[in-house]
Amino acid sequence: MEHWIEWVVAFFLLLGGSFVLIGSIGLTRMPDFFMRLHGPTKATTLGMGGILLGSIFFFYTHGETSVHELLITIFLLITAPISAHMLIKTALHYKLKTIDKTTGKENIHAAQQKQHDRKPLP
Amino acid sequence: MLDNVIMLVFAMISIALLLNLYRLLRGPSIPDRILALDTMYINSIALIILYGLLMESPLYFEAALLIAMLGFVSTVAVCKFLLRGDIIE
Repeated sequence: MEHWIEWVVAFFLLLGGSFVLIGSIGLTRMPDFFMRLHGPTKATTLGMGGILLGSIFFFYTHGETSVHELLITIFLLITAPISAHMLIKTALHYKLKTIDKTTGKENIHAAQQKQHDRKPLP
Repeated sequence: MLDNVIMLVFAMISIALLLNLYRLLRGPSIPDRILALDTMYINSIALIILYGLLMESPLYFEAALLIAMLGFVSTVAVCKFLLRGDIIE
């Protein structure tokens, strides 16, 4: 393997690993659910992008170019916002408590009211 | 050098998985636990890809893709069940 490609792979792997770790620290340390949602949905997705980019470079130098990594990256980038949306709707449904410093609480109440008024499907 | 870096990233992601496990066990509400599970499957995809890098075999991407799809579907299904009391209405 060429020397500089090895450095590029190591850089992307370390970047991705640190972002994944930062996302999980955010999940553990943040005070309420609406803050906790930020860590995994943003930092972890970016970290997965870094790791998969490193993997693409690694296998490119081994002469086995495959589109699987790109497929996984695109799939994760598409599905992370959808699962975050479903989770925040569940949190609104459960009327989770917020701490005083959380911003946008009036939006939370408006969305809760809107969701509460929704009629059941026939 | 690359082997050492891969081992270091393995350690980072394992610590991340342990932190997620803490939130899964302790989480004060149900959405917290679902969020922890969601993060755990994403981190396990990272572990599988790193193992594929260590073994220098592109065989493991199929497993990673499968876990990504099933994890997303299960998260949405659990959320839908908690929201509406039914998955497919």
